[in-house]
Amino acid sequence: MTVRWWTFLVVAAAVAALTFLGARAVDNDYLFFAGYTVLQFVVLATAWNILGGYCGYVNFGTAAFFAIGAYTTVFFHKTYPLPIPVLLVLAAVIGALVGLGTGYLTLRLRGAFFSIATLALAVVLQTLVVNWNYVGGSRGAYVIRPNEIAVIGSYIQYLFLIMLGLTVVSLTVARAVERSWLGYGFATIRDDELAAEASGVPTLKLKLIATAVSGAIMGMAGAPFPYYIGYLEPASAFGLPYAVNSIAMPMIGGTTTWVGPLIGALLLGTLQQVATVTISSAVNLLLVGLLLVGFVIIAPNGIVGLVQPWLRRSKGKKPHGG
Amino acid sequence: MFSADLLVNALVAGLLLGGFYAAVTVGVSVSFGILDIVNIAHPAFVILGSYIAYIANAQFGLDPVLVGILALPAFYILGGATYQIYYMSFEKRGQEALRGLAFFFGLLFITEVGLILVFGVDYRYVSAPYIDQSFSLGIIHLPMRMLVPCLFSLLMLICLQLYLTRTFIGRAIMAVAQDQLALRLMAADPIRIKRIAFAISIATASLAGAFLIIIQPVEPSVGREYIGRVFAICVLGGLGSLPGTLIGAMLLGIVESFTATFYGPSWAPAVSFGLLLLTLAFRPAGLLGR
Repeated sequence: MTVRWWTFLVVAAAVAALTFLGARAVDNDYLFFAGYTVLQFVVLATAWNILGGYCGYVNFGTAAFFAIGAYTTVFFHKTYPLPIPVLLVLAAVIGALVGLGTGYLTLRLRGAFFSIATLALAVVLQTLVVNWNYVGGSRGAYVIRPNEIAVIGSYIQYLFLIMLGLTVVSLTVARAVERSWLGYGFATIRDDELAAEASGVPTLKLKLIATAVSGAIMGMAGAPFPYYIGYLEPASAFGLPYAVNSIAMPMIGGTTTWVGPLIGALLLGTLQQVATVTISSAVNLLLVGLLLVGFVIIAPNGIVGLVQPWLRRSKGKKPHGG
Repeated sequence: MFSADLLVNALVAGLLLGGFYAAVTVGVSVSFGILDIVNIAHPAFVILGSYIAYIANAQFGLDPVLVGILALPAFYILGGATYQIYYMSFEKRGQEALRGLAFFFGLLFITEVGLILVFGVDYRYVSAPYIDQSFSLGIIHLPMRMLVPCLFSLLMLICLQLYLTRTFIGRAIMAVAQDQLALRLMAADPIRIKRIAFAISIATASLAGAFLIIIQPVEPSVGREYIGRVFAICVLGGLGSLPGTLIGAMLLGIVESFTATFYGPSWAPAVSFGLLLLTLAFRPAGLLGR
């Protein structure tokens, strides 16, 4: 358990590289399209969990932060096209700022108010975008992606690679936060905010840090999206599925560690890809909703919570056996 | 542009709209304001009410308001059952903050997707003889489709306020948020009282849904627009105060009506959020807060 963050980064990057090479070996464009969506959910779920899972503050506005990233790209695509890595940084900055702003206004109050404010944030940003003709208004905007890119070849493979990199970064950040003084601070807020405040934990500052980090990663997840989808309209950028999935995935996987959102997103994301192809997209959303409600009622600590006691027991036995 | 009759009519339209908003919000005023249960699924129950009014109206030609009243017991039972699940799974274990919220969010989502699967995303509307009519008092224009929901909504609020202040169970509901132990000493079971109160809050959604579909055509995702409004009104008026709810609703109605009249209706959804954020930032206790 004493793996340093850079060791983790190297291992994660190696796994990501193997994934990419494996996907290239299969050489099927659908794999990249589906894989991109699944990875995007891994990033969103991980980002949500930094605030939701570690601090216990529910953010319903994932779609808003995601759309901030997506519309940053659309805006620059119209004014001055920038390479995607630069757009990622810009989206992260704007996402973090919006997170800070919303947090500053509402995080001093009880948690429920913050949640309600994020819910409304999505509606308001959508209203702004619908009324902003420069980025397409309610009609939507076309973002034509190039077919090829240097070195990698097909553009969808390039997008997939970017999302893979983002996954590695977000998992490393989540894991590092979890095991640093920040993570312990977050846990005190989650367990008993009043007691934390009383013993001198700077709760507001910590909550703002969590909101900003989480918002930045969500914004980054949205930045490559217009190039992926090709045509961005407010209803798809602000879609409720983002909010639901980014809550359901950590809840199903387990909220207290970085592994939970990863497991939840991989499972649920893949399941949805399969269900969308074989049944229908409305049914798969219903499935997510039912799974979310079922898991919060029956297995409050998600899959990790179900597996952990069993793992601990087998670990405890080993010394005796050996 | 700022002619007197445009101004007066925007004001009247805002008041009528506010009356209707009060009906949508009153359930949340009880569940969130009094019981401290963050029921963000409330608008979904309202939409459910709209669809029940739609079915009964399309199949049997029943008046939507009548359907709303007839469906009250069913919604009451639904609310009681929802509270029982919520209590057993979250409140009892002290997990309402994170998982309870996720639970209601899931309910909201399931209801919306379920309605889409059954009815599709087409707009549905009801027909009743008074919906297309309107009458004028001088320069004031009063459309019946706004006036009827507004009047019934005020009636509902008055009944509820009398119930909460004049009956034993009503007073117990007001007390349950403050001191559960004292309530026990009065021989009232706090859990039962909360179940009754939550059931009442969901029952109001039956009528609010009927009003909604009289005012505008409804499709399953309309409910989402009301989440911001409902909580803005609830916080603005002061948590747990029904008169506050009415004042908050009227204020939001007027502000939205003026925005729609002078800036265009596409900006209206942003108003409630602005109002909510301002209230949270400057006076979180609300106008008539305790």
